[in-house]
Amino acid sequence: MDKDQSTELLFDLSQPGRRAARFPAIDVPTTPVDSVFGADDLAEESPPLPELAEIDVVRHFTNLSTRNMSVDTNFYPLGSCTMKYNPKRNERLASLPQFADLHPYQPDATHQGMLRLLFDLEAMIGEISGLDAVCLQPAAGAHGELTALLVAASYFRKSGQARTKVLIPDSAHGTNPSSAHLAGFDCVQVASDQRGLVDMNDLRAKIDGDVAVFMITNPNTIGLFDHQIVEIASLIHEAGGLMYLDGANMNAILGQTRPGDFGIDLMHFNPHKTFSGPHGGGGPGAGPIAVRGMLEPFLPTPRIAERDGQWRLDFDRPDSIGRVRSFFGNTGVLVRAYCYIRTHGAEGLKSVSTNAVLNANYLLSLVKDFLPVPHGDRCMHEFVASASGLHKSRGVRTMDIAKRLLDRGYHAPTVYFPLVVPEAMMIEPTETESKETLEQFADVLREIIEEPAELLQQAPHTLGISRPDEVRAARKPVLRWQAST
Amino acid sequence: MDESKLLYAESHEWVSESEGQCTIGITRFAVEQLTDIVYVELPEVGKTLSKGDPFGVIESVKAVSDLYAPVAGEIIETNTAVVDDPSILTEDPYDKGWMIKIKIVEPVDASSLLDKAAYDAKIQGDAGH
Repeated sequence: MDKDQSTELLFDLSQPGRRAARFPAIDVPTTPVDSVFGADDLAEESPPLPELAEIDVVRHFTNLSTRNMSVDTNFYPLGSCTMKYNPKRNERLASLPQFADLHPYQPDATHQGMLRLLFDLEAMIGEISGLDAVCLQPAAGAHGELTALLVAASYFRKSGQARTKVLIPDSAHGTNPSSAHLAGFDCVQVASDQRGLVDMNDLRAKIDGDVAVFMITNPNTIGLFDHQIVEIASLIHEAGGLMYLDGANMNAILGQTRPGDFGIDLMHFNPHKTFSGPHGGGGPGAGPIAVRGMLEPFLPTPRIAERDGQWRLDFDRPDSIGRVRSFFGNTGVLVRAYCYIRTHGAEGLKSVSTNAVLNANYLLSLVKDFLPVPHGDRCMHEFVASASGLHKSRGVRTMDIAKRLLDRGYHAPTVYFPLVVPEAMMIEPTETESKETLEQFADVLREIIEEPAELLQQAPHTLGISRPDEVRAARKPVLRWQAST
Repeated sequence: MDESKLLYAESHEWVSESEGQCTIGITRFAVEQLTDIVYVELPEVGKTLSKGDPFGVIESVKAVSDLYAPVAGEIIETNTAVVDDPSILTEDPYDKGWMIKIKIVEPVDASSLLDKAAYDAKIQGDAGH
């Protein structure tokens, strides 16, 4: 690829003395900096920052942004990530200075609007989850998992129970065992059965008095609703454990059923999947958690409390696990979630999930004849196809199809996850795509599968960057810019 | 190694027994399923393993998996060449790509592992799944 202003680093574009702005000479008395700080506190040389004109910076980032593939430019059927279109209205509302310019150290009396919005959002998420109390502060879904598991650990500690195990199905997101491990639990894997649901015999064999929490994703990562959930919950509850729901797939069941009603005791939401939080980008994010009443005393501080129409932050929470995030989390994401939920209302949220499931099933029906879907003809909001047969017959792997889709203007689906499906391709269209988009995507996918293996194995062909050497990128990553010598 | 004489674990390790020692690696099928392998972590020599214990970690561009001991014993040698260059596994998983050697206390119970025919039948099922 030719080097241009989007691929050259700002450091490489730097020219000594180049500036975006020049200030007039100082016309007030000055104090030498070394009379304010001790000599030991001063750096010996300036940090190596790039020196650039404004236009250098604007061209760099504008060109870079045109190389991005996003929901705003392309269909993005990235399974498990729910890359739905986020209404611009929510962006605009969250950017209002009355929200965006608040300072977290303002006295409570001066940001009553924000406090009330967050308080009401807690109630709405509580209603959607069918659970009693909500904490909005975790900064991402996985952080929500960790927070909820710390809450569970405190709950058991307070009641004098030394429970050490967390049970996790083998189709789970990798964050589940990571969070359980960080929260001090041992992870025990539960097998999936032939249908892709929890293997009840394996579950029964692994339940004992040491089980603290069973973490389940339902609908699961294969896109199936585990109808055994009530039975699973009663087995776990009989053994004295708690049921955790990874809420990654809430987009499939909004308003259709409530986790609290099918036996869940604690869960997290991913607003960037379900409630129009910004997708990806590394944050800032949010991962609210909802819990049953008996777990509420252990939720992080501060809690929002209301009395006589006044809202305040309550820090007097003796059993709380303490702070999990500075201030009150990433409120900008939470404002978007509030706007999304209020805009749709109860009926609207129900049609979100109805349409998400309808779209996924329609796409499944278009795809399954040329790309097998091992776990059946019906799904929830996403389905997992497998290129295993193609790999055996023609040496074409899921990765090759995914790379070729990029050539054709589609973001690749999630590949090689969940691990229980070989050569997995996890497709989630979301509710915001039209019938025409789904049909065009299926047509292109069919065409790609009929293309010569060699063409696919070397894809992408039309993009600025060809296929990276992933092994070298992992083994010899270049993480820091260094001046060329 | 003669693949037809090896024994196999359900978790895709192979084992070859000779004079109180076992050599252990992973199968070509496992390597193909993992695709491009990025890192291999092997244990310290001297560590004692029970059958089924995780003895190392293998990471590909797709996934991270544990390696499980198909037999019990004490680790007497590890193949650091595989750690330095995991692409050896893609080229030659049964000879140059061996991973650990174990001193066993009792002979391998062949009935607890799969022979070549049984392993081949198993992976047919896995791949077509």
